[in-house]
Amino acid sequence: MNIHEFQAKELFKRYQIPVNTGVVARTSQEARAAAEKVATPGSNFVVKAQVHAGGRGKGGGIKLVNTPEEAAAAAEKILKKNLVTPQTGPEGKPVHQVLVEATTEIAREYYASIVLDRSACNPCFIISKAGGMEIEEVAAREPEKILKQHFPAETGFDAEAALAMAQKLDSDPKIAVELAQIFQAMARLFLECDVSLVEINPLAVMKSGAVIAIDAKVNIDDNALFRHPDIAAWYDPSQEDSREVEARKIDLSYVGLDGNIGCIVNGAGLAMATMDIIKYAGGEPANFLDVGGGAGKEKVAAAFKIILRDPRVKAILVNIFGGIMRCDVVAEGILAAVTELEAAGVAIRSLPLVVRLEGTNVEKGREILDKSDLKVITASGFKEAAEKVVGAIS
Amino acid sequence: MSILADRNTRLIVQGITGAHGSFHTEKMLEYGTKVVGGVTPGKGGQSIFGVPVFNTVKEAVETTAANASVIYVPAKFAAAAIREAGEAGIRLIICITEGIPTLDMVKIVHWTRKENIVLIGPNCPGLITPDETKIGIMPGYIHKKGPIGVVSRSGTLTYEAVWQLTQLGLGQSTCIGIGGDPVVGTSFVDTLRLFELDPETEAIVMIGEIGGSAEEEAAQFIQKELTKPVVAFVAGGTAPPGKRMGHAGAIISGGSGKASEKIRCLEQAGVTVVPSPAVIGETMAKVYRAHYAAKSRSRV
Repeated sequence: MNIHEFQAKELFKRYQIPVNTGVVARTSQEARAAAEKVATPGSNFVVKAQVHAGGRGKGGGIKLVNTPEEAAAAAEKILKKNLVTPQTGPEGKPVHQVLVEATTEIAREYYASIVLDRSACNPCFIISKAGGMEIEEVAAREPEKILKQHFPAETGFDAEAALAMAQKLDSDPKIAVELAQIFQAMARLFLECDVSLVEINPLAVMKSGAVIAIDAKVNIDDNALFRHPDIAAWYDPSQEDSREVEARKIDLSYVGLDGNIGCIVNGAGLAMATMDIIKYAGGEPANFLDVGGGAGKEKVAAAFKIILRDPRVKAILVNIFGGIMRCDVVAEGILAAVTELEAAGVAIRSLPLVVRLEGTNVEKGREILDKSDLKVITASGFKEAAEKVVGAIS
Repeated sequence: MSILADRNTRLIVQGITGAHGSFHTEKMLEYGTKVVGGVTPGKGGQSIFGVPVFNTVKEAVETTAANASVIYVPAKFAAAAIREAGEAGIRLIICITEGIPTLDMVKIVHWTRKENIVLIGPNCPGLITPDETKIGIMPGYIHKKGPIGVVSRSGTLTYEAVWQLTQLGLGQSTCIGIGGDPVVGTSFVDTLRLFELDPETEAIVMIGEIGGSAEEEAAQFIQKELTKPVVAFVAGGTAPPGKRMGHAGAIISGGSGKASEKIRCLEQAGVTVVPSPAVIGETMAKVYRAHYAAKSRSRV
């Protein structure tokens, strides 16, 4: 799960990772008041869009200003429309709040993050002297500037290792000690809050000598949210694709794409492979959708409804390999969905519907579809199904 | 021969009284798997489909001489269930459970490796040695005994591949789903090594997907140590970056984990990578025939 910068900084404060004083504002008036509140002698202000996406600066979502009046004007502009960044797609993300912080001049900037290294099966620090830049760019252009260091999930990041790593970033002994403390705190946060990514970019040494996390990015492992109800409460559906939010409510795994062939599949691997084969047959999938292993009739019907909310969908492909899931249940789900959607005024019968069923109770499933008054295009193989659905709309 | 499990494997089911556990216990028994016991704390003394239920794995192992365990317990308790099985002396643990916190798995996987325990999964369909034993949730009837080893990160996509093989008359030695999570107990490399050593396995189908670098590591191993032919498919070539495609492990992040890079590495290692998942079976049939025709010629 993604959380906002101000929420990530809330976690930072709990772990004594220093951040600038900031206040969240929802209107330009609030932004002015926020700036007045956080001001210190000699400080200026930064107004930052709170969205679940990187590249905010490039999209105009971060403004450096000198007075509370300017902060209000910047907030007004940022809050007015969706923020489009290189990571959001063309629709952008809605901005419902800005973070207003007091800031001072930066002397030098570093990068620090922790991710899980799957092959090493342990958390891994990624640090760099090239702070403030996108780490992927640094990795591509100047890989020698990136340093990796693993630490054991069982025992954490010890003080000695933290100091040694900090000394590689900054030669000032006092600063190195502060950096080391921050690294240890990051490791504790990572392990205690089931974090899947914590990133500070930049981690800045200010001209005053203070070390401060200027930005904060934290992602939490969805599977562990039950242990962190306070963090789970930060879930912000406004930052997600509305179709994905709907799907999540009924425990369906859905990802919206840009094509026009809606897919309903059981199993994540098969669902990905179905997208791939549609593309291979010359079509474009509209979505990834996994109804899950043991889905019942209602879930299949719900999957249809979610797919049909996407106006781009011009044909539907149902690809089910029944293991635990029975093909007759799927067939009944299809009929139930069509009946319900027609009653709601959706012209579903005008859309080509290609169904490929295989596995448990496949005969029963095919029979149910054959006997119905539904014009289903049946396919016996995976390839045939993809070709038929692509053929139906071209 | 086969790998990891055969007709002599004595299995217990952790979470046997739950909905999934009991459903699949029945299916495994129907297939012929020797399910010798089940475990659900507080339900010891009962029996399900004639299988005795115990309160602890230790009791179950002492009474039944079980040597493998399959786990269907809820995600919150799954890591503890794995540890309990290992501490009771079980050396083959198959964890079906989906949704286990990643850090729980990181810790338990370090432990199982240290203790030389084979852990398959989590979030996997399990493993099957056709006509001998089925440990997991896959439909039994799609399998057929034969020379092809199958290893996959996915569930239903594995069934698809197996079904294609079976329809072409190509049976399987053992099929293993290693799981779709970022951290799993047994890797592609671990499984490929076992297939290489198994005289009954003559060729291998490997099904990868986007995310992580397990396929790249497999490619390195294949190039260096594997003598048997491999046909592979990597799912998710059309997946957008930054989106988790169902499996927690299937996500392209920060430019790594892309299908194109995995395919490039596998092809470089001499693997036949199919562009379409519909031709896994027929491609294996061709590769298998070509490889063994060449081999028998060279023997002459």
